[in-house]
Amino acid sequence: MDNPFGKITALENVMELFHDGMTLMFGGFGGVGSPPTLIDGILEKGVTNLTLIGNDTGFPTIGIGKLVKAERAKKVIASHIGSNPFAGQQMHEGKLEVEFSPQGILAERIRAGGVGLPAILSDIGMDNAIVAKNKPLFTLNGKNYLVETALTAEVSIVFAKKADEYGNLIYDKSARNTNPLVAMAGDITIAEVEEIVPLGSLATDEIITPGVFVNYVIPSKGVNWKWAWE
Amino acid sequence: MGMGVDIRNQMARRASEEIQNGMVVNLGIGIPSLVPNHLSKETKVMFHAENGITGMGPSPNKGEEDENLCNAGGFPVTLTCGGSYTDSAIAFGMIRRGKVDITILGSLQVSQNGDLANWIVPGKKVPGMGGAMELAQKAKKVIVVMNHSDKNGSPKIVPVCTLPLTSSKCVDLIITEMAVFKVTEDGLLLTELFAPYCLENVVTKTGCEFNISENIRRIPY
Repeated sequence: MDNPFGKITALENVMELFHDGMTLMFGGFGGVGSPPTLIDGILEKGVTNLTLIGNDTGFPTIGIGKLVKAERAKKVIASHIGSNPFAGQQMHEGKLEVEFSPQGILAERIRAGGVGLPAILSDIGMDNAIVAKNKPLFTLNGKNYLVETALTAEVSIVFAKKADEYGNLIYDKSARNTNPLVAMAGDITIAEVEEIVPLGSLATDEIITPGVFVNYVIPSKGVNWKWAWE
Repeated sequence: MGMGVDIRNQMARRASEEIQNGMVVNLGIGIPSLVPNHLSKETKVMFHAENGITGMGPSPNKGEEDENLCNAGGFPVTLTCGGSYTDSAIAFGMIRRGKVDITILGSLQVSQNGDLANWIVPGKKVPGMGGAMELAQKAKKVIVVMNHSDKNGSPKIVPVCTLPLTSSKCVDLIITEMAVFKVTEDGLLLTELFAPYCLENVVTKTGCEFNISENIRRIPY
C-alpha cells in the first residue's frame, strides 16, 4: 500500500499521543462502533485520569466501558451510563465525575466543536436542574435558550469500515452513529479501520468523513469482546 | 414487574392503535418494543432509533445478527426496505425538527398535567437521560406505557411528580394494565378500561383526581 500522506501507521506509532490527564473523545453507541484495538492499546499502556467524551460508557467489557471499569477516567461527559454499573458505582463513590448531556445535544455539542463553532443554543432540558446547571441563558426573538458549549478533545478515536490512503472514511451501518461527529472534533483524530484501500477505490459520493479531519489511520484487529446479546 | 406476557402485549396492542400508515415512530425499551408485533402488514411505519437508523426492522434470526446493525440499546435489529443510516446528530435532528410522529416510552411517574419522570431515582438509579428528554419534548405525540402502580403498590399516576422530571407537560396518552388516560388542558381524562378492571379499581389505584369520559370504551382484548 502506498502512503503518500503518511497517515497510515501502526498502533504502536500512535501510542505516544495518549497520556495521563488528557481529554479523549470516542465514537460509538453502546460499544457499537467503538474502536477495539485503540481502546485495548490505551488500557495496556496504563493511561489514567482521562476525561472521556462520548455518547455513553459502554458495557463493562465492551467499548470504552473497559477503560471505565479499570478506573482510568476521572470524568466522563455522556448521555447515559446505565449499561455500565461500574460508572454509576464510581460516581456514587466520588471517584468519577459525570456530566450528563441530553443525547442529541451532546452529539450537537461534539459536532459544533468539530465544525469550529463555540456553542449552540438549545431548548432541551431548560427546566431540568441538572441540564441547566451553570449554563448561561441567551434570549433570541423573545425566547430563552440554554447556551450549550461546544466540545473538542486532544485526541478523537473512531471506528470505520474503510479508509483510503488520505483517511477518507466510510462506516458500516449503525456503527456510524457518533463517529463522523467525533472524527471532526479531535485536535488529532485517529481512525481505526477494518480495511485500508488505495486512493480512488472508495465511491467518492459515498465518503462520509473527508480525510481532512483524519490524521492517522490504523488497521483494526477487530472486535474482541462478547456482545451483550451473544 | 411480574407482569404476564399477555398483559404486556395487551398494552402494546392498545399503543399500536395510535400508529397510522406512513408515520415515523420511536420506541423505548420494554413493553414499547412489543408494539410492532401488533401492527397490520399494511401499516408501513419507519421505526426511528437514536443511534441513526430510520426504518428499523425486527430482530434477526439467531445466527444472523450483525454486530454493526444494532438498536439504541445495543441489540441486533434489521433494516427495512427504504431504511437508511445517519449519524446520531441527524437522528436527533429528526426528533427536534418535529419529524417523529409518535414516541412510546415507559415511565416511573406521570403527573396529572403530563409531566414525565423517567430518568433517575436520586441516590439509587442514575443511568442518565439518554435521548428521553429530546423525545419527550419534541415528538409530536408522547405515549407512556407503564404499570399503574410501582412495585410497592404506590400509584405512578400522581398529582405532582416526586422524582426529577425528564420533561414537563409533554405526555399525551397514558396506557396502563388497567386503563387509558388522555392528558387534556383540564387534567387527565379516563377514556378506556381494560377487562376485568372497573372504574372503582382505577380510582383506588390512581394518585390524583381525573375526569371520566362520557363514553368509556371497554377494551375487548
